Amino acid sequence: MEISTGSSMSEKKIPEDRETVIEIEHLCKRFGENVVLNDFNLKVYRNENVVVLGKSGAGKSVLIKCVIGLLKPDSGTIRVLGKNVPELDHEDLDKIRTKIGFLFQGNALYDSMTVRENLEFSLRRQWIKLPQTEVDALVKEALGNVSLPHTADMMPAELSGGMLKRIALARTLILKPEIILYDEPTTGLDPVTAREIDNLIIALQKKYHTASIIISHDMNCVKNTADRVVLLLDGKCYAEGTYRELEEAADENIKQFFE
Amino acid sequence: MARIPEFIKETGQVTRFTGRFFSTGLKPRFEVKELLAQCYFIGYQSLPLIGLTGFIMGLVLTMQLRPSLVSYGVESELPVMVGIAIVREIGPVITALIFAGKIGSSIGAELGSMKVTEQIDAMEVSGTNPFKYLVATRVLAATLMLPILTILSDAISLFGAYVGVNIRSVTSVRLFFTQVFDSLSFGDLAPAVIKTFFFGFAVGIVGCYKGYNSSKGTRGVGTSANTAVVLASVLIFIIDLLAVQLTDVLGLN
Repeated sequence: MEISTGSSMSEKKIPEDRETVIEIEHLCKRFGENVVLNDFNLKVYRNENVVVLGKSGAGKSVLIKCVIGLLKPDSGTIRVLGKNVPELDHEDLDKIRTKIGFLFQGNALYDSMTVRENLEFSLRRQWIKLPQTEVDALVKEALGNVSLPHTADMMPAELSGGMLKRIALARTLILKPEIILYDEPTTGLDPVTAREIDNLIIALQKKYHTASIIISHDMNCVKNTADRVVLLLDGKCYAEGTYRELEEAADENIKQFFE
Repeated sequence: MARIPEFIKETGQVTRFTGRFFSTGLKPRFEVKELLAQCYFIGYQSLPLIGLTGFIMGLVLTMQLRPSLVSYGVESELPVMVGIAIVREIGPVITALIFAGKIGSSIGAELGSMKVTEQIDAMEVSGTNPFKYLVATRVLAATLMLPILTILSDAISLFGAYVGVNIRSVTSVRLFFTQVFDSLSFGDLAPAVIKTFFFGFAVGIVGCYKGYNSSKGTRGVGTSANTAVVLASVLIFIIDLLAVQLTDVLGLN
C-alpha cells in the first residue's frame, strides 16, 4: 500500500472484496466562522481499525460525533451500514446506534449507577424483555472481556482511570456492536495502562470482528492499533496509509507527527 | 439594555424546551421506573425539610399575629386568621420556594454535571432518549409531588400554629381545628392546590432547562444550579400573582 495525500487518495485503495461499513463523502461541518471539516472523505471496511490522526482541535471528535448522529453535518453524506445517518429520524437513528459502540474520551459512565447498572442500562433499554439470567451472563461476559469481573458492584468513583476506561469499553461492547468509535482511548493514562488498552482494542476487534475508527494523537496507540492511518488536516483527509508508510513519508505535514 | 436581546432569546429557548416536553416528553414509551424513582427522591426525600420549615412557619406566624389581634380584642380569631393565611398563600408559596431551593438546584446541578461529563451524550448513543428519561421524568415528578408536599406542609404548619396558640393560652385541638376548617371553603383550598401544580412544573422545567443546557465546565454547573433556583423562585411569584388575579376574576377570593 503506498501513501497517498489529497482528497482523492482514498479512492485508490478500495479493495473490491471488502465490505464497506462506513462511507463518508464530502463531509462539511462548521461552527460559526470556524470550518472544522471541509469536504472530508473516508471509507472504513469491516474488521479493520482506522486511526484518525490530527492536531488538537482538528475536528477528529467532531467527525465521529457526526458519524453517530450527535452532531449534524452542514453537508455531505455519512453512510453507516448502508444508512445515511444525517437523514435518519430519531427511531431509525436509535436502531443504527445499537450497532455502533462509542467510547467517550472522558468515559461518560453514569456516576450515580454501579458498574453493573451502567452495563445493564443499554441492555435493558434495547431488549426490554431480556431475562435477568441472560442480562447477568452478558454483564459477566463484558466485564470478563476487560478483565474486571470483580468490579460489578462498585461505583465509578471507586475505580482508577484505567479501570474506568475498561468499564466504558465493556459498556460499549455489551450490545455487540459492529462498529466501535473510540475518542482518544488512551488520553490521560500512564504508558503501561495505555498499552493495555491498546491490546484490549486489538483483542476485541479480533474476537468480535468489529470495524473501528480510533481518534488519537498518542503515537504509541496509533502504532499499536492502526491497520490504516488517516491524517486529518485543515478539515480534509490529508494523507492515508499504514503507520510505517506515513512514518517514512517525506511530507513535512506528516513528518511532524512522527518526530 | 444590552441584556434585553439575551433575555428574549433565553425566554424563547425556555419556551421551546417546554414545547419539547409536551411534544416528545409525554409520548410513549414512558419511563415509569425512573419517574417513580424521581417521585421518591423529589417528594419523599424533601418531606423532612418541608415539614420542618412548615412547622416553624406556622409557629412563627401565630406568634407574630397574636399581639396585633390582642390589641384589637380579637385574639379568639387567631386560628381562623392563621388557617386562611397558611392554606391560601403562605403554605403554597413558602413550600414552593423551599422546593425550588432544594429540587431546582439539585436537578440543575445533576443534569449540568451529566452534560459536561458527556453522560447525556452517552445515553443518547445507547439508543435512549435522554429528554424523555431525564427531563420528562423530573418535570412530571416535580409537578406531581409539590401539591402533595404543600398539603402535608399546610397540615404540619397548622399543627405548628396550634402549638403557637397554646404557648400563651389554652386551646383544645378540636376547638382549634374546628375553627380553622369552619373558616375555610372550597374557594380557599382548590386554587391554592391547583397553583402548586404550576409551581412544581416551573421548578422542574427551569431546573432541567438550566442543567440540560449547561456548559463551560464546573463553573457552568454551578451557574446552572444557581440560576435554576433564582429563575424558579421568580416564576413562582409571577405564577402566584397570576393565580390571585385569576381567582379574583372567578370570584373565589
